[in-house]
Amino acid sequence: MEVLKIATAGSVDDGKSTLIGRILYDTQSLTDDKLEAIEKKSKQRGFDYLDFSLATDGLVAEREQGITIDVAHIYFSTQHRSYIIADTPGHVEYTRNMVTGASTSQVAIILIDARKGVIEQTSRHFYINNLLRIKDIIIAVNKMDLVDYSEEKYNAVQQEIQELISKSTYKEQNITCIPVSALQGDNVVKSSQNMTWYKGKTLVEHLEEIQVQDVYEEAQTRFPVQTVIRPKTEDYHDFRGYAGKLYGGEISVGDQVTVLPSGTQSTVKEIYFYDEKFDKAGIGSSITLTLEDDVNVSRGDMIVKTNEPPKIAKELQATVCWMDKKPLTAATKYGLQHGVHNVLAKIVEVDTIEETNFSVEKTAASQLQLNEIGNIQLKLNKPLFYDSYQDNKYNGGFILIDLQTNTTAGVGFIK
Amino acid sequence: MSTKVLQTNILESEAIHIFREVVAQFEKPVLLFSGGKDSITLVRLAQKAFFPAKIPFPLLHIDTGHNFPETIEFRDRLVKKLGLQLIVRNVQDNIDAGKVQEETGKYASRNILQTETLLDAIEEFGFDACIGGARRDEEKARAKERIFSVRDDFGQWDEKNQRPEVFDMLNGKINHGQNVRVFPISNWTELDVWSYIEKENIEIPSIYFAHTRATFLRDGLIWSANDDVVYREEDEKTEERVIRFRTVGDMSCTAAVLSNAYDIASVVQEIRQSTISERGARIDDKRSEAAMEKRKQQGYF
Repeated sequence: MEVLKIATAGSVDDGKSTLIGRILYDTQSLTDDKLEAIEKKSKQRGFDYLDFSLATDGLVAEREQGITIDVAHIYFSTQHRSYIIADTPGHVEYTRNMVTGASTSQVAIILIDARKGVIEQTSRHFYINNLLRIKDIIIAVNKMDLVDYSEEKYNAVQQEIQELISKSTYKEQNITCIPVSALQGDNVVKSSQNMTWYKGKTLVEHLEEIQVQDVYEEAQTRFPVQTVIRPKTEDYHDFRGYAGKLYGGEISVGDQVTVLPSGTQSTVKEIYFYDEKFDKAGIGSSITLTLEDDVNVSRGDMIVKTNEPPKIAKELQATVCWMDKKPLTAATKYGLQHGVHNVLAKIVEVDTIEETNFSVEKTAASQLQLNEIGNIQLKLNKPLFYDSYQDNKYNGGFILIDLQTNTTAGVGFIK
Repeated sequence: MSTKVLQTNILESEAIHIFREVVAQFEKPVLLFSGGKDSITLVRLAQKAFFPAKIPFPLLHIDTGHNFPETIEFRDRLVKKLGLQLIVRNVQDNIDAGKVQEETGKYASRNILQTETLLDAIEEFGFDACIGGARRDEEKARAKERIFSVRDDFGQWDEKNQRPEVFDMLNGKINHGQNVRVFPISNWTELDVWSYIEKENIEIPSIYFAHTRATFLRDGLIWSANDDVVYREEDEKTEERVIRFRTVGDMSCTAAVLSNAYDIASVVQEIRQSTISERGARIDDKRSEAAMEKRKQQGYF
């Protein structure tokens, strides 16, 4: 079944959880027992409406404070396909969580409060979705019920949005604005009777028509080897299979390939998926390859088509979103994980901090604090086989791992 | 001759990728096997991840002693058929040794006691990664958990201090004493699992299908009667009903649903139309709204 992954972004009280609750409710994705629990809890709190945020805020601290702390994953489906929403918090550490949510998503929904219009955080949300190159953006202008469903007000907000979009450097992005009221259910799943002036699709109608197409679909074939399968059984005595997931492009039996870093060339002999052999496999498939020649391949190596070599370097320039309380400073060492390949990285320099409001001027910096986005230079102990992030998301991204705590301290996008 | 092109199932590929990362990044992984549909699905995915090699880790079953006999029978048959290594650790042993206290009364369950036995087994064998079949759609706290979820010495989940998981890069680096719980089917829904079982023609225990059983009613839920482990008061009358189980937890905390789904196609159809969530029939989650989160902090999987 087709799956579409969505990330949501909004500021405090923009009604993000309410919107998600509304989607679940109107697509009949909330089961009776869950709905009953929400009704009970809403009544207990003295609300005269159903508080749908109770459906998504899963941690005790979140329900106590009425805020969303961590990324939650929410699932719903229509006749057409399945949806996974990464609901990212608008409060503390939201850059870190937004980047996390957006990194696995194909579509982003940005919420705007119709009363407030575009605010500083909106441009930040928009900036992050640009940085991560999310192809389809839906801007939901929410709380239309509180501005009397005014077309004039909506047009004014749209004007502000157009100004923001004009600063974007990612021109291929598809951006759609929709006036909604999550609380009242206008234009979420059902067309609004209160905004007959709006002739476009509802939010979910629009989602249904988005083609699942990632930036990396047009990318070149990249096959990082996760593990080597050697069964050593009687039936498969000499079997050496290279297990991995295909990022970008496609691969066929008979393709001329090069194994990196050794540079050894060979030909694809078989493509296995479980106990079946195929002639061809496409992006996103977890397969096992065998090669015609007896070559030395191990975890972290990459198999590519001989005529589509990636970039190879020991020095990188990247934009980094910092996710750790301990700031990132120059001359420090981190573990760098690039897909399934681990190397050591030295931070040569922290150059500038991005303002996240599309300002051309950048602030010079010597360190990056938690939730800051900046540009850095790195030196590696071993070469990386990579593409720039805009050519191949999965082969252009990496994480930095703190060598003491082992935690994931930052995420990088190679230039 | 026509070209045979692989049709990719995103969720299946994601799960296989996770299994391979576990084996590559950890020294002693283990698959937590309950005999339920989710862990049975994990076994099939693990077969797919490593074919033609055998599944390169053992299964661990924490046996509460309150399992459905059909589940145990199924477990032993599966293990034999696939030539897997099975480790069983019994909650009863900890009760006998006086390490844990058994609950008593109408709502007594051994669910919480499993945690202690699981932590003992992790220590005994030195497992550094425990693969489980939990899904994010099951419960609100699970919706927040990572695919690689780091636990401390005491098996505890620090929900406010989780590692960010970006793209599908999984950071399995841990400090001494820590271990990781891994959830390959995090992003699957109950319907995804059932549809997969149907498509893959995977065998599952018979209690998932409609059958006639002696049952009684309590709190609006249907319970299996005439089993020693299910507490029943004298005025709770038994009656034969045609039922099936939607989850296979302990007999003492898993309620049945009325059903005429005798085969997998009708089960899938039933799930599609159901208006009650899967865990609606699990009394252990109903103790309080925060029940799952609290158990996880204590080391529950």
